[in-house]
Amino acid sequence: MNKGLVVSVLLAALLVACSSKPLKDTPVAVEDKSPEMSQSTDATTADDSSATAGMSDSDMSVNPLTDPNNILSKRSVYFDYDSDEVKSEFRPLVEAHAKYLLAHPEAKVMLQGNTDERGAREYNLSLGQRRSVSVKQVMNLLGVQDKQIETVSYGEEKAGASCRDESCWKEDRRVDIVYQGE
Amino acid sequence: MMIKLRFLLGALLLAILPLTSRAELTIEIVGGAAQQIPIAVVPFAQSGGQEDIATIVSADLRRSGLFRVLETRGVAVQPHDVSEVKYADWANLQAQALTIGKVEPLPGNRFKVSFRLLDVLKQAPLAGLEYNISAGQMRNTAHRIADVIYEKLTGEPGAFATRITYVTKTKGRYALQVADADGYNAQTVVSSKEPIISPAWSPDGTKLAYVSFEKKKPIVYVQSLVSGQRYVLANFKGNNSAPAWSPDGRRLALVLTHGANSQLYTINADGTGLKQLTKSRAIDTEPVWSPDGSSIYFTSDRGGSPQIYRMPVSGGGAQRVTFEGGYNVSPRISPDGKTLAYIQRDGGKFHVTVQDLSSGQVQALSETSQDESPSFAPNGRMLLYATSRGGKGTLAAVSVDGRVKQRLSETGGDVREPAWGPAAN
Repeated sequence: MNKGLVVSVLLAALLVACSSKPLKDTPVAVEDKSPEMSQSTDATTADDSSATAGMSDSDMSVNPLTDPNNILSKRSVYFDYDSDEVKSEFRPLVEAHAKYLLAHPEAKVMLQGNTDERGAREYNLSLGQRRSVSVKQVMNLLGVQDKQIETVSYGEEKAGASCRDESCWKEDRRVDIVYQGE
Repeated sequence: MMIKLRFLLGALLLAILPLTSRAELTIEIVGGAAQQIPIAVVPFAQSGGQEDIATIVSADLRRSGLFRVLETRGVAVQPHDVSEVKYADWANLQAQALTIGKVEPLPGNRFKVSFRLLDVLKQAPLAGLEYNISAGQMRNTAHRIADVIYEKLTGEPGAFATRITYVTKTKGRYALQVADADGYNAQTVVSSKEPIISPAWSPDGTKLAYVSFEKKKPIVYVQSLVSGQRYVLANFKGNNSAPAWSPDGRRLALVLTHGANSQLYTINADGTGLKQLTKSRAIDTEPVWSPDGSSIYFTSDRGGSPQIYRMPVSGGGAQRVTFEGGYNVSPRISPDGKTLAYIQRDGGKFHVTVQDLSSGQVQALSETSQDESPSFAPNGRMLLYATSRGGKGTLAAVSVDGRVKQRLSETGGDVREPAWGPAAN
């Protein structure tokens, strides 16, 4: 699910607990809600001598796809009920992955669509697919070709088993970005 | 690939070890028909240690909701032959019909099972049959006897000697299982850490098509229940799901996405000859064939909300079939082609619903409210479906007139995605 956010919160707690900035990785409480925050991630990362805002070939020691400081480690786009629209707060995330794919033509992603558990399974499989196609279309507009993207759906199959209301249903309505080989 | 097949075959063989003495699924009847036929089923003359035929027959008849199965122990003379029957004893019990029989050993560890169905009022035989069977066929023979009784007394074929399939989820592990229609003899067909959905019986009952996520995306497999072997029917880019066999078993309809929205296709049973059926910008899914093989019913939201449509298999325009409410999905056609069953959402609740295809009349059937995946019995009389009780996925069944209701419970995990197998040959 939203591993990136959990990791960020933990790191933020670490930051609070320490009185001074550690030398190497700079923990930052990243909320992927507005464009400014992700920019400050880039700015903070730039302080670290081993990484640059380009976040690719120059950084040999940290895989940007799994680096908790890097927006690329965030893999989930969340959706409103009955909607497949990629909300503006998730655009930077999708754009970051699109840029990575353009910079790495051999890389492939699977976009996995999900729904909450209400309704028929096969219809939900199709609704989840709508969501993954929606994310793909944002990537297409940024120049990424279909040969680097496969859209699939899990429908409601990964939805929380004991979820009965919106507080957890909203976590189920998402697209997960999974790179080939992960 | 070879290793996987061997493992699967091994798993299937292991699963065939006897499970005869207890039910994996227990079925409880809640509510019955307005008029029930009172019947007495006398314990057959048979040795201990065998499956008890009268017990199985009584349970089948009782579970159908159409019979009141009478207690026979109080009657002094327990007949096993017609010559031993004192009709007055049974008329006193208010029985309309009486079943008697016996099991006699044959050489080679085989058995002769014979039974008679008698009309108590007319004091005359209604039916009688003999079977030559092996010990392992005792339960199935009892179900066949129940089918004969059911058909003689109700005028409709029975569905007791049939099988059902369903998916269980226990501690994060999924298993596709096949069991007798009374819940006994459950065997695992395939199991996985990833979800399994949409099982579909081939019309001859020898194969199951199903969707598995074991490769981290939905792929359609076809697996033989006889050999345990399976092959990939469809693994195109994107989703592969909702397999539905044509009535002649030669093709399947299915849903592919090819990187875009869900659309209907047909494919030969061997995976060749893919043909696109729908070309809309909407979601088109859940295809099912009409029994005469000429039409496909399916779910589509091309009109703005999910509804059920029908189109010719040869291609062409689709006509909308459901008009009540804003969410009608999961179409199923009765074996006689006259009734459409589906799931209707009404105020946040999901009910099994039937619609007469000629009059258009609609009736919600179930009292449960999170219903999914309805499936007709091969005699068209009952609908098996998935629902939720106490937070757990369970199966239930309801008669097409809504009067007879059954609850099926499994010890252990969730049960979902049921499909009723075809009539016994």
